[in-house]
Amino acid sequence: MPGPVGKPLRRIDARGKVTGETRFADDLSLPGMLHMKLARSTVPHARILGVDLAAAWAADGVRAVLTGADFPVPFGILPVSQDEHALCTDKVRFVGDPVAAVVAVDELSAEEAARLVEVRYELLATIASPEEALSTREPRIHEYGDGGNVHKAVAFDFGDVPAALAGAEQVFEDLFFYQGNTHLALEQHATLAYVDPDGLLTIASCTQTPHYLHRAAAKVLGLPANRIRVLAPPQGGGFGGKTDPFNHEIVAAKAALLTGRPVKIALTREEVFLCHRGRHPVLMRMRTGVDREGRMLGHSVETLLDGGAYGSYGVASTFYTGALETVTYRMDRYRFRGCRTFTNKPPCGPKRGHGTPQPRFGLEIHIDKICEKLGRDPAEWRIANAIAPRSLTANWLEVGTTGLVRCLEAVVAASGWKARFRNLGPGRGLGIASSAYMCGAGLPIYFNEMPHSGVQLLLDRGGGVTAFCGSTEVGQGSDNVLALLVAEVLGLSPSDVKVVTGDTSLAPVDLGSYSSRVTLMMGNAAVEAATRARERLAEAASAHLEIPIERVGFAEGRVFDVGDPSRGVTFAEAVARAETAGGTVGTVGSYRPPAPRARFKGGGVGPSPAYSFSAAVVEVEVDPTTGVVRVEKVWVAHDIGRALNPVAVRGQVEGSVYMGLGEALMEEQAFRRLPPRLSGALVHQAPSMLDYKSPTTLDMPEVETILIEDPDPNGPFGAKEVGQGPLLPIPPAVANAVYDAVRVRVDESPVTPEKVLAALRAPSRRTGPTSFPAVTWPEALRISPPWEGGDGTAAKVKP
Amino acid sequence: MDSSLPVPEVGPRGKFRLALSVNGERREILVDPYKTLLEVLREDLGLTGTKHGCELGECGACAVLLDGDLALSCLVAAVECGDREVTTVEGLRDGPELHPLQAAFADHGAAQCGYCTPGMLVAARWVLDRKPDATREEIAEALSGQLCRCTGYQQIYEAVEAAGRVLRGEAPTAPRLPEVHGRTPDAGPGR
Repeated sequence: MPGPVGKPLRRIDARGKVTGETRFADDLSLPGMLHMKLARSTVPHARILGVDLAAAWAADGVRAVLTGADFPVPFGILPVSQDEHALCTDKVRFVGDPVAAVVAVDELSAEEAARLVEVRYELLATIASPEEALSTREPRIHEYGDGGNVHKAVAFDFGDVPAALAGAEQVFEDLFFYQGNTHLALEQHATLAYVDPDGLLTIASCTQTPHYLHRAAAKVLGLPANRIRVLAPPQGGGFGGKTDPFNHEIVAAKAALLTGRPVKIALTREEVFLCHRGRHPVLMRMRTGVDREGRMLGHSVETLLDGGAYGSYGVASTFYTGALETVTYRMDRYRFRGCRTFTNKPPCGPKRGHGTPQPRFGLEIHIDKICEKLGRDPAEWRIANAIAPRSLTANWLEVGTTGLVRCLEAVVAASGWKARFRNLGPGRGLGIASSAYMCGAGLPIYFNEMPHSGVQLLLDRGGGVTAFCGSTEVGQGSDNVLALLVAEVLGLSPSDVKVVTGDTSLAPVDLGSYSSRVTLMMGNAAVEAATRARERLAEAASAHLEIPIERVGFAEGRVFDVGDPSRGVTFAEAVARAETAGGTVGTVGSYRPPAPRARFKGGGVGPSPAYSFSAAVVEVEVDPTTGVVRVEKVWVAHDIGRALNPVAVRGQVEGSVYMGLGEALMEEQAFRRLPPRLSGALVHQAPSMLDYKSPTTLDMPEVETILIEDPDPNGPFGAKEVGQGPLLPIPPAVANAVYDAVRVRVDESPVTPEKVLAALRAPSRRTGPTSFPAVTWPEALRISPPWEGGDGTAAKVKP
Repeated sequence: MDSSLPVPEVGPRGKFRLALSVNGERREILVDPYKTLLEVLREDLGLTGTKHGCELGECGACAVLLDGDLALSCLVAAVECGDREVTTVEGLRDGPELHPLQAAFADHGAAQCGYCTPGMLVAARWVLDRKPDATREEIAEALSGQLCRCTGYQQIYEAVEAAGRVLRGEAPTAPRLPEVHGRTPDAGPGR
């Protein structure tokens, strides 16, 4: 096949990245630019009694000082959680909440003046954990939610799980805890806001979701959206950390309007830790009833999330701690309870795998324990119980292609599993896990029936092709996917296609780089736009070559007669002929995912046009005297549907493995209380890269990557996602390998030496949570699984 | 600060006169005395190729060569750099052709988001300058101060090794591909 699909070509944006010419947000500057710094709360929970700005105003070089009074309108990423103010109005909710902003002629002056802002607080009780949130109804961190300091509580019964457990051969129960951690993208957030000479407010920022920032800025600033342009330059990593509209972005925009000058803010690393929106810490209780063969008759999951101080994506995160539990193994009935609490800590949100790695960690260890008890090989159990392709799950998710069994078979073969599992000798072990992830959310974040992605193509008579799309290049390679797919359809090379992305004025809306949606959704829109352009060119070429339109072929920059490839024209000539025949050649394409099958409230979280699958085997060596876990090797297989660029896909898989290992072994967003003489405030334990441990070259093992191709009819050229799914099996596979090595269970991430040693010394041979607090669950929605009748709607009755 | 270094001349408004060589070109500027070499490169000289990820010497994104030695430019005071020689990512290539390291990073998938890449390239150049046939362990050791959150480092090692081969006069090598277990690859454009 002559096209670029499947070829290991250099990314179109690679040159700029290796020469240093790629302009990230903080590389932008403008003449007359002012600098902004935020004055942040030093206390975790307090009412603001007054803000004294006199000293800040009087400082050298200060041009503007803003407070919450400038931002009466709240915002937030989800329509149901509009609970943030660009600067705090009446309350602060965590150490780091911004109270005032100072704009000055240079960064140092802004920083020094920001320190002169004086805030008088009336301290309120600090809510430090979900347990405290549940037991402390007052003071409330927010005046909305599901009562007290519960942000959101949800309950679903897909069939009668208690009855299934009562009839089960054996019932297993486990408690797990997955620690919070942060994205740690190497690029710190930065924003440059300015009013362009035409009067258009322009916000150039590190954002994975320029469309949502556009909406939030319009709302808070009270401007029509068409007077605002959001630019998302290429980003130095996102991983979900740049997916919310942020207070500093909106404040910089307001400051640019007030001063009439460009205003820039670049956050420090400590401030990035405070922005957070990272992985929620989640406590989990899982119960499963199995029959004699080990088949799951009923499975129950309860999750308790530590949400931090604001809503962020939290409602969606809560649903995601239950939504994809059903997408790997057959389970007859499923019960889910999820509760997110507010606490006085930086807000949690979406990080790579959004809400899914936590229950996946629990489920995969839970299954390892079930297999151990039943005397079943855990790889063989997974293969025997894998979900069928083209099936509905207990919670009404429609699954299409499934490469799960092939992923498992591939890592079992590559790792020598059958001969080596339970057989490596003391201190060495193998662990296995598998997982599923979605290729984009079935529903947008705010209700609308418009496309999730649009692509516009402009073909010029010189043979140039420009693809416009609001998609956002965060490092994953979405710009390259756009160029590659357009090139494939038009018989060009990706480097022939110029892309214009991350620009709300120049490009049609794409919802953003989140939920692994871009390759599938932007890709389908690109293929549609390119196919329409191809039709225009084919029509003109067919007339010129005097052949039927079906005989017009496109390859290697030529448009030709497939019956006699020597007869043809250059691509540029074909464009010129199409332009002559029918006017300017511009086409559009768009994509909207199919409607979900679920028809119950909350059923909008989980549906996706396609699901990817992954499996991993991890080999570890555990030192029983120190508890240190060393990962020797990882074998990972990912069901990609179709690899559009195998080098780029491999990078996404291995990067996911890397991030999963970091979460499994060392990364934690932890907090501590300062001693009473230092205010007693709840503060971040490690807001620096030195203290927040992440894997270096010396920690990273060899990874063997295997791709499973089974093209999915819903993906462009069969492609599915790869950015998030391969992370999911890694943390539980590490924990399962530790068990194989030293026969102890660490039911809590990260699997640190301290926890391994504690487990080795414990009579239970386990470390992990020992209780799940009482949660007042709402009345459950009862939905019959597809095989028990019903149509995906809920019958609301007393539980 | 080394007391043997020449005392910089203080200009009007408390700025210092700084004369140094950047990527082989002599530059003479007035800089604020509190600025780091990183800030001077990015803000005063407009060389934004060098990145910052922490300003505390933790991430390696700001690595440059200072008199040929690997240095974290966020930890070097600019006033210490008088008459010294700085090489940044912009100085790796001479002309339009990419340096073999840059070409290998682009071809082997070693740059994803590209933010650690300038520092990573400079550190790789530093190790290959000393040992063009550095082993994987030596490369890993040399790059252990450079954090990358995207790649998992394997494709970076492969790129450095590939560049080493080119620098030793061998032909460029193709990127390593994952094992692909295929099935009916021609699915058409989809939908």
